[in-house]
Amino acid sequence: MTCLVDLFRPAIGFAAVKLLEEAGCTVEVPPLQVCCGQPAYNSGDRATTRAIAAQVIDAFEGYDAVVAPSGSCGGMLSHHYPGLFDDPVQKARAENLASRSYELMSFLVDVLGVTKVAAQYDGRVTYHDSCSGLRELGVKQQPRRLLASVGGLKLSEMESPEVCCGFGGTFCVKYPEISNAMVGEKSADIAATGADTLLAGDLGCLMNMAGKLQREGSAVRVRHVAEVLAGMGDQAAIGEPEGKR
Amino acid sequence: MQSTARDFKDNAHAALVDPNLQDSLAKLKVGFSERRRQAAERLPEFEALRDRARDIKNHALANLDFYLEEFERKVTALGGHVHWAPSAEDARRIIGELCRSMGARTVAKSKSMVAEEIALNEHLEALGIAPIETDLGEYIIQLRHEPPSHIIAPAVHLTKDQVADTFLEHHRKLGFTRRLTERNDLVAEARYVLRQKFLDADVGLTGANFLVAETGSSMLVTNEGNADLSNTLPRMHIVLASIEKVIPTLEDAAVLLRVLARSATGQESSAYTTLNTGPRRPGDLDGPEHYHVVILDNGRSAVLGTEMQDMLRCIRCGACMNHCPVYGAIGGHAYGWVYPGPIGAVLTPQLIGVEEAGNLPNASTFCGRCESVCPVRIPLPSLMRHWREREFERHLTPRAVRQGLALWSFLARRPRLYRRLTGLANRMLALFGRAQGRYRTLPLAGGWTRFRDFPAPPPGGTFHAQWRGRRS
Amino acid sequence: MSEARSQILDGIRRSLKRGPLSGDALKAVEARLAEPPRGPAVARAALAQPDKVALFCQWAEANNATVVRVAPAEVAAEVSAYLARNNLPAEAVIAPSPQLAGYDWSSQKMLSLRRGRGEGSDHVSITGAFAAIAETGTVVMASGPEHPVTLNLLPDTHIVVLRESDIVGGYEEVWQRLRARYGKDRMPRTVNTITGPSRTGDIEQAMELGAHGPRRMHVLVVRE
Repeated sequence: MTCLVDLFRPAIGFAAVKLLEEAGCTVEVPPLQVCCGQPAYNSGDRATTRAIAAQVIDAFEGYDAVVAPSGSCGGMLSHHYPGLFDDPVQKARAENLASRSYELMSFLVDVLGVTKVAAQYDGRVTYHDSCSGLRELGVKQQPRRLLASVGGLKLSEMESPEVCCGFGGTFCVKYPEISNAMVGEKSADIAATGADTLLAGDLGCLMNMAGKLQREGSAVRVRHVAEVLAGMGDQAAIGEPEGKR
Repeated sequence: MQSTARDFKDNAHAALVDPNLQDSLAKLKVGFSERRRQAAERLPEFEALRDRARDIKNHALANLDFYLEEFERKVTALGGHVHWAPSAEDARRIIGELCRSMGARTVAKSKSMVAEEIALNEHLEALGIAPIETDLGEYIIQLRHEPPSHIIAPAVHLTKDQVADTFLEHHRKLGFTRRLTERNDLVAEARYVLRQKFLDADVGLTGANFLVAETGSSMLVTNEGNADLSNTLPRMHIVLASIEKVIPTLEDAAVLLRVLARSATGQESSAYTTLNTGPRRPGDLDGPEHYHVVILDNGRSAVLGTEMQDMLRCIRCGACMNHCPVYGAIGGHAYGWVYPGPIGAVLTPQLIGVEEAGNLPNASTFCGRCESVCPVRIPLPSLMRHWREREFERHLTPRAVRQGLALWSFLARRPRLYRRLTGLANRMLALFGRAQGRYRTLPLAGGWTRFRDFPAPPPGGTFHAQWRGRRS
Repeated sequence: MSEARSQILDGIRRSLKRGPLSGDALKAVEARLAEPPRGPAVARAALAQPDKVALFCQWAEANNATVVRVAPAEVAAEVSAYLARNNLPAEAVIAPSPQLAGYDWSSQKMLSLRRGRGEGSDHVSITGAFAAIAETGTVVMASGPEHPVTLNLLPDTHIVVLRESDIVGGYEEVWQRLRARYGKDRMPRTVNTITGPSRTGDIEQAMELGAHGPRRMHVLVVRE
């Protein structure tokens, strides 16, 4: 479970669990997992990253697959962990974890072969391709394929769904003005689609875009794609108070 | 060029509020990247060519000493001269002496990023020699006393109207008193003004896209033909190139050419690709009598064999900046030195020091779009991360970031404590954010809430808390 | 100077953690230079000769050149007609090559030709081409007494007389022809590969023709 989902939007976690269970998986959430280490990794602190990675490797020992509802955390485990270790034993363990780690959409479609979901969502949505999922893990068609099976849902693509929203982890607070310009362009692109709902696969990006849209007074609702696919699209959207739909 | 990379944040601010720049950047973001995509799609072998291009450059770098010596041998055999410049100062001195040996008063220059890197124009001017930039974009910014803002489109930050004003101001004394409004008229006027300068120049100075070891040729790729006039009309042709420009053979050049123009401008081929090999031959009716190649190191050899070596594969197509959302927001000048964009963010700390240029590799979301379009597959985000690691090792990371990171990592390594604290934070944020569902301001999160609302978590506790509750 | 040279080369070797190449490593790079490996084959460049000619014409036109296919006997008349069509004066500077001398220029009484290099005042040049590349619609010019480089660059209008049989698929075939003609270690001083007229995208990224080199390129593809 990603840190952001744990702290800010547990519904995404439950949606992911639901989708996985419906696809026939037994899901466990190891209690001793913490962060995957991205903040340290991207700040240049390799020693801390390594220590955290070792902890994550321990926490997920023995599972067939490790699935995160996030491209950036999934990518961290599957693409970056092995490079952290020089020690051959630890490296082998990291490689083993990497080979079992997946982003949720890609796991559902590419590994489990899920082709449709039983969900209803009445609205016009647009989908933002989060960078790590798209470019590290090749997540592009999988969520669109599943969204196509959602009743009542219409997808309107942005002009540039693959351009970064300006979140970038600590980037958005280290360089807030640049980040703001980027997310400003993104919100204009979203608005131009006429969609009433924005979906994506990473909560960091979603919080960034939701925060900008709401600051601009936009009525676009923002949700994680898993929530809609799991039929949980009737809860309050990100940044909206309970009871509002 | 004096670096302002230290002032990156201020530079970026100025860029974001400059309406002309923002107009120009809006055009850049749709122009080059869309054309590159189409060009790549038209060539089914494009991805295989990128792989080979990467392999060729890796091979050349692994045998760089051999290929440089081979190149020198071929140049010398055909009557040319090779000069070795370990530092920028060495290169400036060598070129200055060559120009003086010709009694040169003007030098026709074809756009060269290496010449920018070594601040050649300032040096020539100090010697009383006038450098004339002949690439249209370089010419425009030379008139405006500005550095280039892009490695292949140096005046990409300017609008047509700004160019028109610049020409009116500087060409008035040549009799051009009408302010032009059409692009083709501006091009025609520059052509007219520069043509005479070409004919008068004593020395032509060009960069090189590639140095071909097999034949001792310097290879130049342009659209305007200015490099060709620079290396044909004056009596001396000086090529200034850095060590990593050498490639083994013409066959390798064919591969690199196929990815270069498509990645840069989305053209199938640039208009002019020229191989120059030595001075004019007996019986030739034109061409330079003297041919010199200045090979610059300037710290590059020290990058070989390190985790940073991949940056030396760069063929300077500019695709990384054309696709970078940060470059697209702030343009090239904000980076504060010669090379902007993602490749600048890895090259600049190497060339002027990470103390000076530390902001550059940090100002990236690691979105990876640069790497996805790089024709030689340079892992730019990884290289930027390596710079952050070097900063961190040398305690150059800002204190607030270090302290925040230390606190966070303390907690992240203690899962039970972490869980208690996140549970508390979750409840607080949910409680106080309940009415609106979000925050307009939040203590310690000014960087976020200055521009964005901060979503509050819904009530009910963290995922882990709820999960425990459900499963027990 | 030799000190600077060894400073750089030694620096490279230090970084690569080895001395000068020797033994098998040296043999391997020497072999690679002697027999250059080709990159991935580009299907577009591997066509039958008639299709190469058509592809060349297609890409040259896509790159803003004009192309006309003529018989050898029609070359001189087409040059005159082209100049007339474009309201250009009936005078040109022509490369002093035997190939070009073989066409029937005397049939064009109004056409005034000067043999030699290009000057800043020339409006029209006529040259042959060493080869042309179908893959991109590119003409290839090898410099020499018979083909001054200035003819490719200075005039406003460049007329290229290209023999069909000189059209090849891709760059690699041009390199082969250069090696065959000039020797493996002896390139002509300048090889210009030119794809359409001179252009610039330096003002607002909009391509404008005629930056420094010719504004117009007209290619006569000569049937044989």
